[in-house]
Amino acid sequence: MSTAEQSLDLADRANARSARLRPAGGPFSRAARTRRKWYEIIGLTTPAVIVYSVFVLVPIGFAVYYSLYRWRGVGSPTEFVGWRNYQLAFEDPIFRDALWNNLIIVVGSLLVQGPIALGVALLLNRRFRGRAFFRLLVFVPYVLAEVTVGIMWRLILMRDGSVDTLLQALGLGSLVQGWLSDLPLIIWTLLFILTWKYVGFAIILFLAGLSNVPGELTEAAAIDGASWWQIQRHITIPLLGPTIRIWMFLSMIGSLQVFDVIWVVAAPSVRSLGAANTMATYMVDNGFFARLWGYGNAVAVILFLISFVAALLFQRFFLRRDIQGALTGRVS
Amino acid sequence: MSTAATARPETPSRRSIRWSSPLTYALALAIAAVSITPVIYVILGGFRTTPQLNADPAGLPDPWVWDTYGRVLTQGKFWTQAINSTVIALGTTIGVVVLGVCAAFVLARYTFRGREVLYTYFTLGLLFPAGAAILPLYLMLRDMDLINSYYAVMLPQIAFQLPVTIVILRPFLLAVPMELEDAALIDGSSKLGFFWRILLPLSGPALVTVGVLGFVASWNAFLLPLLVLNDVSLHTLPLGVQNFSTQYTSDTAGILAFTSLAMLPALLFFTLAERQIVGGIQGAIKG
Repeated sequence: MSTAEQSLDLADRANARSARLRPAGGPFSRAARTRRKWYEIIGLTTPAVIVYSVFVLVPIGFAVYYSLYRWRGVGSPTEFVGWRNYQLAFEDPIFRDALWNNLIIVVGSLLVQGPIALGVALLLNRRFRGRAFFRLLVFVPYVLAEVTVGIMWRLILMRDGSVDTLLQALGLGSLVQGWLSDLPLIIWTLLFILTWKYVGFAIILFLAGLSNVPGELTEAAAIDGASWWQIQRHITIPLLGPTIRIWMFLSMIGSLQVFDVIWVVAAPSVRSLGAANTMATYMVDNGFFARLWGYGNAVAVILFLISFVAALLFQRFFLRRDIQGALTGRVS
Repeated sequence: MSTAATARPETPSRRSIRWSSPLTYALALAIAAVSITPVIYVILGGFRTTPQLNADPAGLPDPWVWDTYGRVLTQGKFWTQAINSTVIALGTTIGVVVLGVCAAFVLARYTFRGREVLYTYFTLGLLFPAGAAILPLYLMLRDMDLINSYYAVMLPQIAFQLPVTIVILRPFLLAVPMELEDAALIDGSSKLGFFWRILLPLSGPALVTVGVLGFVASWNAFLLPLLVLNDVSLHTLPLGVQNFSTQYTSDTAGILAFTSLAMLPALLFFTLAERQIVGGIQGAIKG
């Protein structure tokens, strides 16, 4: 039994004890206390339950409903089309391309950010003068607004901008590319920007995980003659497993819904050609700006289902006990 | 903190933190440079003129030009947007902390049938991206007649932020010893009195953490304000920066200055609250 359940049992016993001390019948009777307890529970949780249900869960139900109609957003939807919107989405090469881009971003983020963040976290976990200062700098990109980051890189990478100029100054002029305009290239530019932005988040998580690795273990290994790298390889990194899996989960969910950076960096003209959309930008472009509300909601449902299924699968096979009860509903 | 890097080499009393190998510093410096150089470029770029930027995009300010920053600061839009961002972020923060701590209190300190179901219900929000439902959310806010109001941003943001807030706060409130609650109840305090007079004051650090996370999320938010704030006078800074950069595409220096000013509060805030932000993210996993 966990400490949580123990303490809650104690709470009940304490309530029962103090109830016995008081005369039966009056305002302190057992029935009155139970009623009062339920008033408190309901009174304190209702506001949160309502706000959360109305603004997070109810809209998803509406999305399913709207997605079955052809609807321009005026009046109530009347033209029922069944699964037609879903069919249209999968027939649209731009949507298929957006799906593909999301896949590139999910896999690319995991493969690129993971090793970089692990390396940096191991480095910044060593004790040395100025470590706190370096940690602070490494986290900076993560707190900047996505919009800021997008505009910043758009300016840096624009044609004849500072990156192109620097490359030319270094005699690497032949490497100059249309970073933000060449269709096959742009998704990789976007992946680079996303990596720059979010690798700090992985580092924060990994450093947290590293701080939980008992010093006794690594010290004992060091006394036994293990090298720094051997200690990391055989002790520290395996113990970091749960943290790495949680990061993979959060990174995956984040990558599936990525919107801001893509929207700001890839010009509308580039997006309309395909090759630089994600599901989220495609959804907003079609649903909100082109006012194809039924169609946009179908894309929303697809995005939601993909995320939900991916999350459940990941949780089933990787997470299990890593997030204690948070996703499974068990306080274990 | 920068003084630590320039401080004298180890003295016997501070042996635990020592100078490390040059390789460690070289790597750390390289990593720091990659993270911070683009930011410095943007800030310094604001001190140059657009012709200078066009002639040599990678150069340093010479001479330093203050006009661009002055121009951005004196035009009313920047301040209107900064105020909008502040009001919305504060409203979101207060809402998240109040609703979150009340729900987390019940989930942590009451025993009742359905408690774990309720907790799971809240944590469902962590399983899928909140942005997926942005279109029906917009339609709902439109039907509620909330479009073009602060509430259209604050209420959904409070809702988006509640799952992570409850996941962070619940274990914290569980960890407060039962003896304290017993003592308060025996002394005649009600459960709510215990919550108000003892638990809340003890939870200061955790409340600051969830508050900071809510504030930063709101300050940086883009998609929701983009859809629900059409009225230019209600625009927040991220919308303002994006609009400025697409309206005045040739005014590179102006865009750089505007962008710097917009990110300055977030940077300052982060420097002050780094511990809470990092602690909160860590608490969310451990919880």
